[in-house]
Amino acid sequence: MNAFASLVSALIAVAALAAISWFGVGAIGLDSVFGVIIPYIALAIFIIGVVYRIVDWARIPVPFRIPTTCGQAKSLPWIKADNLESPYNTWGVIGRMFLEVFLFRSLFRNTKAELREGPKITYASAKWLWLFGIMFHYSFLIIILRHLRFFMEPIPSFVDAITSVDGFFQIMVPTVFISDILFLGAVTLLFLRRVTLPQVRYISLPADYFALFLILGIGVSGILMRNYFKVDLLGVKNLAISLFTFHPVPPAGIHPIFYVHLFLVSVLIAYFPFSKLMHAGGVFLSPTRNLANVNRSERYVNPWNYPVKVHTYEEYEDEFRGKMKEVGIPVDKE
Amino acid sequence: MYNAGKIIIGIVIFLALITAPFWYNLGRPSAPPKLEIGTQEKQCVESKAFMQAKHMVLLDQWRDEVVRDGKRIYVNSTGKQFNMSLQNTCTKCHSSKTKFCDRCHTYLNVAPNCWDCHIAPKEQEKLAGRSDK
Ligand code: HEC
Ligand code: HEC
Ligand code: HEC
Ligand code: HEM
Repeated sequence: MNAFASLVSALIAVAALAAISWFGVGAIGLDSVFGVIIPYIALAIFIIGVVYRIVDWARIPVPFRIPTTCGQAKSLPWIKADNLESPYNTWGVIGRMFLEVFLFRSLFRNTKAELREGPKITYASAKWLWLFGIMFHYSFLIIILRHLRFFMEPIPSFVDAITSVDGFFQIMVPTVFISDILFLGAVTLLFLRRVTLPQVRYISLPADYFALFLILGIGVSGILMRNYFKVDLLGVKNLAISLFTFHPVPPAGIHPIFYVHLFLVSVLIAYFPFSKLMHAGGVFLSPTRNLANVNRSERYVNPWNYPVKVHTYEEYEDEFRGKMKEVGIPVDKE
Repeated sequence: MYNAGKIIIGIVIFLALITAPFWYNLGRPSAPPKLEIGTQEKQCVESKAFMQAKHMVLLDQWRDEVVRDGKRIYVNSTGKQFNMSLQNTCTKCHSSKTKFCDRCHTYLNVAPNCWDCHIAPKEQEKLAGRSDK
């Protein structure tokens, strides 16, 4: 598929999902289907799917130790080794992993290569992906933590704290959250990056656009719900709590925009384990990140090596000692 | 499975995080807040469904009309007139802020700052200050 077809097909898919839930509830009255049954099924798929993917990965042997390094490995004592760039022990690996997961360190190293007049090739740092990525993931995290107000009763105090910091500016009623603006901004910028950079556009598939549009759809429906349509949040929380206590109460009277939001979220989490979004689990299982660079100091045994029958020199000598002595070959043991 | 120990720890952490709301709510009977309307009247300013979802929009609109346009009379969808006032109209019927507004707001973690300036009905006075919680 060319870039345009990929983009349009993903857009149509997300729009169709939104329409299904909007009309499914608004016109046909399938409140319980979209409010109870689908969320439960989606959550089950998500949990089983993620565990399955992780176990599936863990069953694949890593034949070699293949960390990617970008710093001085440990060698002679007077050469300064870099434990983060080229970890030589578990602490190095943990530190490196921490920076990777929480600060997206390898994205920070992103460079771009350009042909200039000459022709000369130049390399320069390209931090946009890192910046948009970090904006996106942290605002997503904060939004999810704030959503706990619907899922937990009594509401834990940290949710309260996050909410008041996030609504610090107190603009408009109800308050606009900083994380909402960052979230929509970041997803939009990630999208623009994908369509404006020719190389990135060229390698983009429908799956890349689908995830972006789905997330954008969730953000837009959430913000529309909060700032435009307005829904009965008491009803929403009663529904959410009833789901989390396994006493689902068929919802009634909640505006369809809520079901669009919830359905897109359900689709997202059901799709998650089988898509590129699974990088969230994959980062922990990447051999290029989670192994120490100790190829020279520790032997790494390929786990799929079958047990090779070896015949050591000692055994050999034991077997042929008599004959060796006879012809005058020196032996280790007399 | 390779590195089974580490993988299992990882999976347990994942499951614990994802199912946290289930554990947290376990054994806590979910009771939606009991709201005391606080009046004998039968009808709110607008329909109940409208008020539940949009009372903050209405209040915002009232505020703008009073403060910016000096218009103080609101005519609702059935033609009834109301004085557009937070502290004189809403609280005239909903005589207990703590047992009405606050109960619902606390349940949903909403903390309007209106009462920083506006005066809440009497019962509230002993708990003066910002007490939307
Ligand atoms: C049925 C539950 C309920 C009751 C009762 C209730 N509220 Fe609310 N109120 C809400 C919800 C939910 C929100 C947040 C809406 C949102 O975030 O979209 C809210 C928001 C508000 C806001 C806007 C706050 C902000 O910054 O977002 C104001 C002002 C407000 N309520 C005033 C009142 C007053 C005054 C009363 C009592 C007369 C009252 N409410 C009673 C549920 C309720
Ligand atoms: C004339 C008296 C009266 C006034 C004034 C009034 N209310 Fe009400 N309000 C009621 C009554 C009565 C109900 C219950 C309606 C019902 O059950 O159908 C109610 C219901 C509500 C509800 C829904 C509660 C629930 O059970 O979910 C909210 C929210 C609310 N009012 C907010 C306000 C706000 C905000 C104002 C000020 C703008 C206000 N009311 C002014 C009488 C009044
Ligand atoms: C900084 C202090 C302050 C805060 C905070 C505040 N107000 Fe006001 N409000 C005022 C003042 C001052 C007036 C003008 C009073 C007048 O002219 O009658 C007013 C007027 C109003 C009026 C119309 C007049 C009346 O008697 O109620 C409404 C409605 C109103 N505010 C709603 C709100 C709501 C809803 C909030 C919370 C989201 C809020 N206000 C927060 C100071 C404040
Ligand atoms: C992937 C997960 C989710 C994301 C990214 C997400 C995103 C958002 C965003 C950006 C908003 C705008 C307002 C705000 O930030 O509070 C919002 C609002 C909202 N979301 Fe979600 N959401 C998610 C899951 C859910 C779920 C599972 C529910 C089910 C209860 C839900 C219910 C709501 C409701 C009721 C609002 C309106 C809040 C208000 O009016 O104040 N969301 N969501």
